[in-house]
Amino acid sequence: MSQERVSLSKARQQWLGWQRILRIQRPGDLFFRGITLLFVLIVLGLVAGTAWILISNSLPTIRRFGFSFLTNKAFDPVHDVYGVLPAIFGTLMTSAFALIFAVPLGLGAAIFLVDFCPRPLRFVLAFLIDLLAAIPSVIYGLWGFLVLAPWLHNAGEPWLQQHLGFLPLFAGQPEGVGYLGAGIVLTMMILPLIISVSREVMLVTPIAQREALLALGATRWEVIRHAVLPFARVGILGGVILALGRALGETMAVTMIIGNQANEPSLSLFTPGYTLASVIANQFGEATPGLFLSAIIEAGLILFIITLITNILARWLIASLQRQAQGSRGGRP
Amino acid sequence: MDQAIVEQTSRSVSRPAGMALSIEQLNAWYGRKQALFDINLTVPPLSVTALIGPSGCGKSTLVRCLNRLHETLPGARVEGRVIANGLDIYGRGIRPMNVRRHIGMVFQQPNPLPTRSIFENVAIGPRLNLGLHGSRLKELVERSLQQAALWEEVKDRLHSPATSLSGGQQQRLCIARALALEPEVLLMDEPCSALDPISTLQVEELITYLKRQYTIVVVTHNMQQAARIADRTAFFLHGHLIEEGETQQLFTHPRKKETEDYISGRFG
Repeated sequence: MSQERVSLSKARQQWLGWQRILRIQRPGDLFFRGITLLFVLIVLGLVAGTAWILISNSLPTIRRFGFSFLTNKAFDPVHDVYGVLPAIFGTLMTSAFALIFAVPLGLGAAIFLVDFCPRPLRFVLAFLIDLLAAIPSVIYGLWGFLVLAPWLHNAGEPWLQQHLGFLPLFAGQPEGVGYLGAGIVLTMMILPLIISVSREVMLVTPIAQREALLALGATRWEVIRHAVLPFARVGILGGVILALGRALGETMAVTMIIGNQANEPSLSLFTPGYTLASVIANQFGEATPGLFLSAIIEAGLILFIITLITNILARWLIASLQRQAQGSRGGRP
Repeated sequence: MDQAIVEQTSRSVSRPAGMALSIEQLNAWYGRKQALFDINLTVPPLSVTALIGPSGCGKSTLVRCLNRLHETLPGARVEGRVIANGLDIYGRGIRPMNVRRHIGMVFQQPNPLPTRSIFENVAIGPRLNLGLHGSRLKELVERSLQQAALWEEVKDRLHSPATSLSGGQQQRLCIARALALEPEVLLMDEPCSALDPISTLQVEELITYLKRQYTIVVVTHNMQQAARIADRTAFFLHGHLIEEGETQQLFTHPRKKETEDYISGRFG
């Protein structure tokens, strides 16, 4: 009887010990969670801080001009009247131009590198393309200003005008500097980014997906079309967003070739113009405290908002593509 | 499999008899590493031939040589002949993609196209190769799904994503996808190794049924499976074909010692 009681309490002790083992709090996990949370908060803080600085410092022009800051085309420190319509237009115009040309070109080059290029050449080309991405933007700007703009002025734009002048895009006086030059330079600058990202994501297409198509007698192109691109499209889109972000914000190279004139928004690619970034770069040196400085900072705020909106739209697009890819049950096998 | 489906399907199908394959002096490499050595093997038409052997013995490599898929891997190389219908598929001027269109393949892991619907997954082969569309394509997709014993389970949700199916259903979908091209030969590379026992049984019954119309070569590491479904079995070891013969013969009276050691479970 007593022996039974002893063994019972022993069993209880063992159970308590077991409970203690399972309840041990491990500090490592807690610590790690805290650290990563801190990092995220730092990033969020930076974004919020940027937004706060931009908003608070542009309050004078926001109060003074309100919405007309967006629709006014004059940026005139002499009369202290400011508007950034030409710059908003120029930013969107040159970035759209760059995307329209860089996406198909970049995708095509990436497909060639992944599927058609002879193996030894593949690494050399990939290396050169990554190198292209590493060239400082001021060098692109110099090339644009010293080589591209004169050529456009003397040969490129007159030719376009002569042959395609009936399009509003190629109407107007050839100037050399302008949307066309800026668009071309931006295209060149974002091209390596799009190629690199597309190439990386296409390379990791599961072999099983490629072979599924190959085993059905598909051609190389059909394998790319039906196995590689559906798999890679989300990643490619991610690369395009990165590229768009770079095109919207690119400052140095664009400033050097866009002409920096606050012209009426015009469809003509020959028009010299402004982008939000080039307004800031051009005017910042002379800015005096007051409305002038506030106007420059508000231009930055608008650029910040445009970037934010395009990124949100892009995230949303990516999420919807991913939902579609994963199907109703979610997750791939 | 549902008997009604079998009868319904066999009535609706009229196709040419399957084709024989004759493998002659086949050698295959991955880079410098030789994976197959002088393989000679005949696959009779309208039968199931099983390739067995331990991992790395070359059985999957061989089956991938039969539709010229092996050579698509970087550094991979093949020498020798595979005679199909009197023609060497490695002969001059032969386009691999035309070979693959007539010699279908099912893989170890079910590999439906994740962004496509069930219907689209089956339709893609005929769409690409035969240019079929409309009602003829629909008929072909339905017939292929019936042949793969999947029609009853998916007929009400043909436009759901292929990834909404279970693993076993996905594998039968891949079989239907291969059948939709009406191939003469069906190659199966360990088609059941990623499946549960019930799905395995379904696929095995399907193979037994399909051999009436197709020549089937199936790779398996499961000897019981080979014994259940194969008319002939070939045993591979270290890239060599050790022994080949009627399944029952090979399992009950193996001629080579290596075969006996393997099937009696002494290694592998």
